[in-house]
Amino acid sequence: MIEFKVNGETRKVDADPQTPLLWVLRDELGLTGTKYGCGIAQCGACTVHLEGRSLRSCSAPVAAVAGQNVTTIEGLGSKTAKAVQQAWIALDVVQCGYCQSGQVMSAVALLDQNPRPSDEDIDLAMSGNICRCATYQRIRAAIHAASDALSA
Amino acid sequence: MRLIRLAMLVGVLAAGGSAARAAEPLKSPADFAGIADRGARSQALFTEAGKVITSPRCLNCHPVGDSPTQGDDLHAHLPHVVRGADGHGAVGLACQTCHQADNFASSGVPGNPHWGLAPRSMAWQHHTLGQICRQIKDKSRNGGRSLVQLHTHMADDALVGWAWHPGIDSHGQPRTPAPGTQQQFGELIEAWIQTGAVCPAS
Amino acid sequence: MISLPPEARPAEPTSPSPTAAALTRRGFLKSAGAAAGLVIALQLPLMRKAYAGADVGEVPTGDFAPNAFIRIAPDNRVIFVIKHFEMGQGVTTGLATILAEELDADWSQIETEYAPANVKLYANTELGAQGTGGSTSMANSWMQMRRAGATGRAMLVAAAAQRWQVPAAKITVRSGVVHGPGGRHATFGELAEAAAQLPVPVDVTLKNPKDFVLVGKTSVRRLDSAAKSTGTETYTIDVKLPGLLTAVIAQPPAFGATLRHFDATAAKKVAGVTDVVEVAEGVAVVATGMWAALQGRRALKLDWNLDAAGPASSAALYDHYRALAAKGDGAPVQIDPQHKTAMASAASTLEASYEFPYLAHAAMEPMNCVAWLHDGMLETWGAHQFPTFDHANAAKAAGLTPDKVKLHTLMSGGSFGRRANNWSDFTVAAVNVAKAIGRPVPVRVQWTREDDMRAGLYRPLYVHQVKVGLDAKQRPAAWQHAVVGQSIMAPTAMAAALIKNGVDSTSVEGVWPTPYTLPAPEITLHSPSQAVRPLWWRSVGNTHTAYVMETMMDELAERAGADPVAFRLAHLQDQPRFAGVLKLAAEKAGWETPLPKGKARGIAVHYSFETYVAQVAEVSLTADGQPKVERVVVAVDCGTAINPDQIVAQMEGGVGFALAALFYGEIDIENGRPRQGNYNDYRVLRMNEMPRVEVHIMPSGEAPTGVGEPGVPPTAPAVANALARLTGQRIRRLPLSRTSFKTA
Repeated sequence: MIEFKVNGETRKVDADPQTPLLWVLRDELGLTGTKYGCGIAQCGACTVHLEGRSLRSCSAPVAAVAGQNVTTIEGLGSKTAKAVQQAWIALDVVQCGYCQSGQVMSAVALLDQNPRPSDEDIDLAMSGNICRCATYQRIRAAIHAASDALSA
Repeated sequence: MRLIRLAMLVGVLAAGGSAARAAEPLKSPADFAGIADRGARSQALFTEAGKVITSPRCLNCHPVGDSPTQGDDLHAHLPHVVRGADGHGAVGLACQTCHQADNFASSGVPGNPHWGLAPRSMAWQHHTLGQICRQIKDKSRNGGRSLVQLHTHMADDALVGWAWHPGIDSHGQPRTPAPGTQQQFGELIEAWIQTGAVCPAS
Repeated sequence: MISLPPEARPAEPTSPSPTAAALTRRGFLKSAGAAAGLVIALQLPLMRKAYAGADVGEVPTGDFAPNAFIRIAPDNRVIFVIKHFEMGQGVTTGLATILAEELDADWSQIETEYAPANVKLYANTELGAQGTGGSTSMANSWMQMRRAGATGRAMLVAAAAQRWQVPAAKITVRSGVVHGPGGRHATFGELAEAAAQLPVPVDVTLKNPKDFVLVGKTSVRRLDSAAKSTGTETYTIDVKLPGLLTAVIAQPPAFGATLRHFDATAAKKVAGVTDVVEVAEGVAVVATGMWAALQGRRALKLDWNLDAAGPASSAALYDHYRALAAKGDGAPVQIDPQHKTAMASAASTLEASYEFPYLAHAAMEPMNCVAWLHDGMLETWGAHQFPTFDHANAAKAAGLTPDKVKLHTLMSGGSFGRRANNWSDFTVAAVNVAKAIGRPVPVRVQWTREDDMRAGLYRPLYVHQVKVGLDAKQRPAAWQHAVVGQSIMAPTAMAAALIKNGVDSTSVEGVWPTPYTLPAPEITLHSPSQAVRPLWWRSVGNTHTAYVMETMMDELAERAGADPVAFRLAHLQDQPRFAGVLKLAAEKAGWETPLPKGKARGIAVHYSFETYVAQVAEVSLTADGQPKVERVVVAVDCGTAINPDQIVAQMEGGVGFALAALFYGEIDIENGRPRQGNYNDYRVLRMNEMPRVEVHIMPSGEAPTGVGEPGVPPTAPAVANALARLTGQRIRRLPLSRTSFKTA
């Protein structure tokens, strides 16, 4: 049994300790907002927060998060998260949308640590999240918009 | 000239492609006992230890500039990442976003609790072994380490030790480990220090 | 000097294309003329009777369903049935915009659902089958949805007129509320039951475009933004059903490889693995979850026969194709009888050979499908981009008649053409696994990224050889063009209908026909077949033809010492829309204003899917010689702009998609195996590589045309032309990662 907190709730899972956190979240806990895209930490679709920092859940064994706090897109509720999601909606960032859970998670983690990111800061923080529809221009604009809203 | 040689070295490594090879052997200090001249012996010992230092497992995180490289061909790290303020990545894309405390076979992403870049002053890529040697000994560039501390770092540090336990890549292929073992590497460094820590000329 | 204006293009659409039935259907619609709306303006209850047994969806009692696209519930929900497939291109919002416009519904009361597989109700009227592709969705739906919305509105008005005993002419409708004289008003929901009792009007009046309140307005936002920004959208990978199992398939490691033998002993011992079954696609490991399935697959012992694996290599294909092109004996696409004379009398020639690799679509959600065989029927949940294909193929695989097969079409994590295919490959795989396990449990076949990238159905590898004869003043006087590459249509059921005299028009579209006036052309095509199946890939043939034509035009302009814009304009006749976007892009990009040293501009213009797009790219080189695209200015003429912000989004995305292919895109084959398997070796564009994209939409009252694909073709040549100006290097082999650059 591996015990950790997901979205504030203590969860116990009976899983192979080497199971990627991604599949525990999706298949065991039913939290399907976190997506599978590549399985090798290349695309960022599986991004969650571990103690508030971005984590590719496909590249972490569930054993590695034992005793820690994991937040998935379903558990986002902070002021930063709301600002990010509102900006995403206001600017119609999404196209197919499959990568956007991961994009939102990365954007929230960025703004939590750097509330006023420059374009370059955004490039550096977000280049691990692939969007095959190439919505990057709107992602960048939405992060700035969220940043503006948070500091207004 | 020196750059060309390193470029050739890199070229040879690239030709190896992604197919991982077994660790190359490393000579022991005793193998150098025949070199009568103490300074020449010291240089030879460092040159042997240099097989480890210039292995892709070490070079990839001792880049020139702010971004690591990957693979036996030292290609640019994908995604694009930078050292950031503390050598552990940019704000929002830290090394630990992908690299965990251990190698993870499922994703093929290597790991270590201290995964990160060597400081800028310790750039090894595109440097000759002589340059690297002088840099290693230079307290202003080596993190203020004495020769004894340097030996400890080389012989015992767990992140250095990763080079001999590099895990498998995303294709499921074992990565080529650094030559020899960390213990042998430590012995060579120790013998190099004991013989005066003389650097190769080039 | 023969030039076929785009307006004279053959009626066949480019991708996916019509069947014989389709042609009949289109013929029918055409003959029905203005009354074509009748076809859709039938009441659903009537349809139920007419197509007993067919899946027409459920209409709850009390709902008002004036036609197959609209349902209004007594609680005032307005539900639009979306006949097209959403892969991110915004079609859900687009069709809803048209319906809501003519219905005068309030944008906030709209809900959408995807249509069931029913070609009689939900055909793409341009393709004749139920399916989404060829950037046809808005074009084929425009009048149909307008009539559907207007019909619903007319019936709501009639119901109100009856209730209030006033003439219909005294009634207005605004934002989902019906207003009558004396301040009387009613919601749609309040009128639903009464409207449902009324006859469907034969003829309805459509709005005057000047009265549009939704069409053409940027205030209309996507309907799916909230769900996709909060992780609540349901994709195929997210489907939850009781007892749902997950299967991964060990696929052949090379094209043409076959399974000799396998040993599942170890795989079956993996905790969670329930079944290991051989299916046509390989060996499926079925488990309670993805991790167990993957562990099980890893434990399989597989013995593949690689004797028939092929092709040998991409390099060998290039050699072979170059040789074919040089022979000059391909199928005639366009032969001017004056060609040989014109070429013989040329003062000089410009010759160029181009090479384009196989490309994978690499949509973010790897292919997948859920299949459930139960109670004598099959249900599937998946990204059914082409329900007409998928329905038939799924039924065949299940051994059931189509009426026993129910498709649930879900939102898809991208497609770019991949999910529309003649074989319904991932849908059939799910059905085959469901059948093989032999229990009535739902099973999701989930491909890994590597499975997805190595399964073929690529944009085929192409070679072009072009020789332009120039007169003494460096003006083009003869144009010889040999195209070599797999026919996309040849392996499909549409081959007979679409390949004429050995020419698959999707292999040459953009070379011929072209809006340019080509001098004395001789255009030929070779279509060798290979074990790697080809497929349409966002903009199909235009992915290579636009690159060749627009870099050639640029090089010819350079030879002639002419400005690239002026040179292009000089080779156009009666192409005002083509010329229009070219001039608009140049103007908005500041074409005449010099750039600082170290930067250069390039321009390209292309016509595809009835839409005109010109782009100006600004590029520089990084310190280590890597090309960097800093800015792309886009001008697009797609007729009436229904959702301007979504047109902008498709242009932005098209540019990024094209840049990925230009810079990195390549599936390189060796011994029948694709060398690339994931985003680390098949690179796609990332945030730090995305240029600023500025989009300008040409004002137009013409019928709307597609935008999903046409943004892609001009990007690569515009960038290549800018790089040529910056470095002096003309790149004829893609991707650019094969070339090292230095400033000239």
